[in-house]
Amino acid sequence: MIRLEKRPQPSQLWTYLTPVLAVLLTMLVGGVLFAFLGANPVEAIRTIFWDPLFNAQFAGFTRPQLLVKAGPLILIAIGLSIGFRAGIWNIGAEGQYIMGAICGAAAGLAFYPSESFLIFPIMIVAGALGGWAWAMIPAILKTKFGTNEILVSLMLVYVAETILGSVSTGLLRNPEGRGFPGSRNFKQWDAAHNSDLIANTGMHWGVVFAFIAVIGAYVLLTRHMLGFNIRLTGEAPRAARFSGVNPARIILICLGLSGALAGMAGLFEVTGPAGQVSIDFGSGYGFTAIIVAFLGRLNPIGILLAGLLMALTYIGGELAQLMLGLPGASIQLFQGMLLFFLLAMDVFTNFRLRIGKREVA
Amino acid sequence: MHRRTLLSTAALALTLGFGSAAAAQDVTAGFIYVGPVGDGGWTYEHNKGRLAVEEHFGDKVKTIYQESVPEGADAERAITQMALSGADIIFTTSFGYMDPTIAVAEKFPNVKFEHATGYKRADNVSVYSARFYEGRAIQGHIAGSMTKTNKIGYIASYPIPEVIRGINAAYIHAKKVNPDVEFSIIWAYTWFDPAKEADAARALIENGADVILQHTDSTAPQAAAAEAGNVITFGQASDMIEYAPTPRVSSIIDNWAPYYIDRVQAVMDGSWTSEDTWDGIGPGMVGIGEITDAVPAEVKAEALDLKAAIAAGDYHPFTGPINKADGSVWLAEGEVADDGTLLGMDFYVEGINAEIPQ
Repeated sequence: MIRLEKRPQPSQLWTYLTPVLAVLLTMLVGGVLFAFLGANPVEAIRTIFWDPLFNAQFAGFTRPQLLVKAGPLILIAIGLSIGFRAGIWNIGAEGQYIMGAICGAAAGLAFYPSESFLIFPIMIVAGALGGWAWAMIPAILKTKFGTNEILVSLMLVYVAETILGSVSTGLLRNPEGRGFPGSRNFKQWDAAHNSDLIANTGMHWGVVFAFIAVIGAYVLLTRHMLGFNIRLTGEAPRAARFSGVNPARIILICLGLSGALAGMAGLFEVTGPAGQVSIDFGSGYGFTAIIVAFLGRLNPIGILLAGLLMALTYIGGELAQLMLGLPGASIQLFQGMLLFFLLAMDVFTNFRLRIGKREVA
Repeated sequence: MHRRTLLSTAALALTLGFGSAAAAQDVTAGFIYVGPVGDGGWTYEHNKGRLAVEEHFGDKVKTIYQESVPEGADAERAITQMALSGADIIFTTSFGYMDPTIAVAEKFPNVKFEHATGYKRADNVSVYSARFYEGRAIQGHIAGSMTKTNKIGYIASYPIPEVIRGINAAYIHAKKVNPDVEFSIIWAYTWFDPAKEADAARALIENGADVILQHTDSTAPQAAAAEAGNVITFGQASDMIEYAPTPRVSSIIDNWAPYYIDRVQAVMDGSWTSEDTWDGIGPGMVGIGEITDAVPAEVKAEALDLKAAIAAGDYHPFTGPINKADGSVWLAEGEVADDGTLLGMDFYVEGINAEIPQ
């Protein structure tokens, strides 16, 4: 007879063990899936987790790409995790990411073709402001009218996507682009190009900001009064209120911060890896970052590792498609499994597995 | 600059390493797809082209592909990885891969690139596309002849010249046979999203459209039309014959296989050069799927005549007099549109009562 017994306190050990177990289980079940698809499971798992880092043929290119892919995920997830800690659910980071890219790109393009060194800093500020402003909409609606920030922020993603389509074909369209949608390419404009800081490392400004955000969030949550208030609001809202924490202020700070970080991620992406504002710019980073935040246990260091792991499955997944001919959908399934097992294993954080007869009290 | 040197050294090393093997037997041809290979439309046909290459060359050619590659920051990485994996020629099969293709091509001067439907070329980048508008003219003719409500719905993907050209070609030829015809256009902002496409089709049908034309790649609009009844559709990119004889009454079929075989052969022979290919019904790059019996015999005969005239080069679907939507003259009586204007088309022709989204 096997049964679950609730733990008085969530287990510390299991909190750190579950992500590792989830990854192992994903490898195991994923391997079975790949075997059914006719691939050698060991080879497939190796291609996904090992080759991007150590394969002689690819690693020189894919290792830096891990940072490129993980950078925006970590930056957005850090912002989200602070809100999630306070029980404020910003689901619309994708919209803030898009608006940050649009505002930042627009601020830069207004000065085209200036080569001033001030252009890029101005764009970063405009990008952060764009994301912040977009997040302020659900924040203000929540504090003034008590609306649900989950719904409002999510719906605003679709508004942002529509605006993206509009500016790509109108306002920000490249005047020399023969009528095709899409802005000028920032890669051909040095003053606005977010290039690798050290050539061939993938280390662009967005990755640097992601690392700074990890450290900043760590300090904020462990050493700062505001961080304590944020955690308190999430864990015991009534206690927080009694101790004089202003809930409206926490909402504005948390949503504003996550919006600004998402906006900056968008700006670094549009001036770097993406290169231009185009209809397809939104690539789902804002949604994937939610997974990263939870995979990292809402802990800054955890998010850093989770972001890198997520990037690894993306790039390794692409290699597996390329080298082993695995279908794209199987890779998505594989990534979904990771989240599924994480959530499933979480049961053991809060419950203990008992084998044997129930003791009669 | 440094990065470029490093990468091209890597590329060179690879080409050398693989070069010895390649000389003995094979060429590796890579394909980057925007949708899943099972989309039943655009990507499905490109993949058919890939399979035809495999069949034609047998052991001498190895093909690799990656499906559902987003047209954003991820494309450049996907193309680079393909080049690193030793591909000798890479076909990037969607408009949005244009800048990434050019960027990767710069780093891999020894790999040949072929970009579909774009306009940027380089010494190792060719562009190729099909004159789909020739097929749209025939579609427009059948649609205009058969509509009873005089309302034709059009599911458009992105406001790029290729799509606008298709709308104009279909409208001009529908209008010719039916002066009362009206077009309603829905922009889906996707190439492949069955749910969105089905919604668009249902909305158009509810507004009275009894013909649905689509420039998106899934069969969802066909299914929505079948469900509604009394609505006709046309297969897009692929024959979509499973929806015949109604709602699908005909189709535009992309036939990439001969082109792909040609280009791979050129790589094998060492005769590959950067080219700009834009072929239509005549050379067989655009096919017209079987016109079913749901179409009245005389309409079918007219449509086939039109097809023959276009194929022979006797008739160009954009022949004046045609005015732009703002009323200004575009083509005078008997004047034929030049390819430059067609490739950058960013206006509707007179009579289409809508705005191109901006």
